[in-house]
Amino acid sequence: MARRSDLRAIPGFRALTLLCLFVLYAPLIVVTIYSFNASASITSWEGLSLRWYWDVFTGPESGKFKTAAANSFLIAISAATISTTIATLAATGMIRTGRFRARSLSFGLISLPLMVPEIVTAVATLIFFNAIALERGLLSILIAHVVFCIPFAYLPISARMQGIGPAYEEAALDLYATKRQTFTRILLPLMAPGIVSGYLLAFIVSLDDFIITNFVKGAGVETLPTAIFGAVKRGIQPNIMAISTLLLGLSILLVTLSWLVSKSDTTK
Amino acid sequence: MAAGAVGGSSASSTYREARGWLLLPAWSVLLFFSLAPVIMMLVYSFLTKEHRGGVIWEFSLAAYDQFFLDRGLFGDEPPRIQWTYIAIFWRSIWQAGAATLMSLAVGFPTAYFIATRPAKARPLWVFLITIPYWVNLLIRTVSMKFLLREQGPLNDFLLWTGAIDSPLQIVNTNLAVQLGLFYSYLPFMVLPIYAAVERYDFALSEAAADLYASKWTTLRRILLPAVKPGVVAGCILVFVPSLGSFLAPDLLGGARNFMIGSLIEEQFKGNAGNWPFGAAASMILLTLVLLLLLAFARQQARAERRS
Repeated sequence: MARRSDLRAIPGFRALTLLCLFVLYAPLIVVTIYSFNASASITSWEGLSLRWYWDVFTGPESGKFKTAAANSFLIAISAATISTTIATLAATGMIRTGRFRARSLSFGLISLPLMVPEIVTAVATLIFFNAIALERGLLSILIAHVVFCIPFAYLPISARMQGIGPAYEEAALDLYATKRQTFTRILLPLMAPGIVSGYLLAFIVSLDDFIITNFVKGAGVETLPTAIFGAVKRGIQPNIMAISTLLLGLSILLVTLSWLVSKSDTTK
Repeated sequence: MAAGAVGGSSASSTYREARGWLLLPAWSVLLFFSLAPVIMMLVYSFLTKEHRGGVIWEFSLAAYDQFFLDRGLFGDEPPRIQWTYIAIFWRSIWQAGAATLMSLAVGFPTAYFIATRPAKARPLWVFLITIPYWVNLLIRTVSMKFLLREQGPLNDFLLWTGAIDSPLQIVNTNLAVQLGLFYSYLPFMVLPIYAAVERYDFALSEAAADLYASKWTTLRRILLPAVKPGVVAGCILVFVPSLGSFLAPDLLGGARNFMIGSLIEEQFKGNAGNWPFGAAASMILLTLVLLLLLAFARQQARAERRS
């Protein structure tokens, strides 16, 4: 009967969904297209060209962008590695050690960076570094990034761990494997997709952060987002669109990888 | 083992003895670099300001006094309520609220549409919605500015179609900020609503239809109450980051559309250089957000009990 399925298909909702996707993607597509513009002005279109990509790598500002990119990647790799390690251990402690009283408190602490508005975290971290007299530079940026990367790494890792039944580890223990062997040889390999997914998300979140980095970076230390922000403040230039396109392409690539990895489930 | 069979995987306790060691790194990093900074910020909001940034370790209520009270230009008049900063907070609430409503108007139908697709197609739709979230917020905001600007592609297109005669001035208006926030956090609206609608059992609406309820009645009395927690979660997830956002008002709003985020930023990065005042404004923002989250948690708990 047609009437039964009435509520499942509400007229106009498909159109609104397409509108939603259009809104989400249109600005990104427009910037990508204009990054291939041959013109030196951002308003007129003068045909396709890789001129501005060339400019990003060899132009007068290329040195600044290269240093910023090196900083960004160094911090993102370190922050993702540290936070993923911490998150993997924490997920094991939360999900593989039975019930305990401090569990919801621990979960609250892990998700704290997600609940506090970013600008507040930025202010609090800057003040804290000032109070403990930690010099502002790459190290201060790294510490701040590790903190907000932890919940992003934790979520896919814990989701994956909840999906793995205890039977595999129990079998290993029954066969006289030690706890340590069970952890490294059974649980960790099973966890690999969750860990990779968490690592990639932490990497993207670190690479993308502007607000907190802007507060805790020292004078003269730039990451890609802070360098881009500084340039945009003087007006949107075509080379900024090229660098933005590279960065957004990288983010989309990594998040797609993360999605594919977490989707591949070897235990089912 | 019985534990695994009864309580599912969450009751597994293989590494019980190592629990402390496993949780120690997370606890120490987060206590030291996430919780302690917030406490230190509270302390700084009660200190005396140093003129070029930083603080003098001397107790003072000056920051909160400056926020709430107006004592005249020379500070010797009887205190009246200072509306300047309250107005900035109020504008932020208003802007974040408008962005939330816009997200709800587009996000609810989207979530609903996706949740009613065949089960196999849903993950791909959800993925398409989440991709833009992972793109750098700065780049997305810059893209929005590029699109909306006076000589930008949107105006070019509208002029070309003849819908308008002269370019629309969108950048540097409240609308631009709202659009920027809407664009920044739209995926946050879609995901929780999607989760709620996906859990909804459509047999309930069929039962209602069999009992001669109209489509509208079924929607209003059966479906909406069932998905309300998801809608509330979506609104919170859009409203909270919008409230304290910095990039959208800074890049799209211009000087007249100042929001909390810019007010705070100016105390530390800009010319104002008043750390205790910035800390106090941050504390007030944090208090607002935590109150909202608390109300939200209670609402979710109530909804849980009812079902």
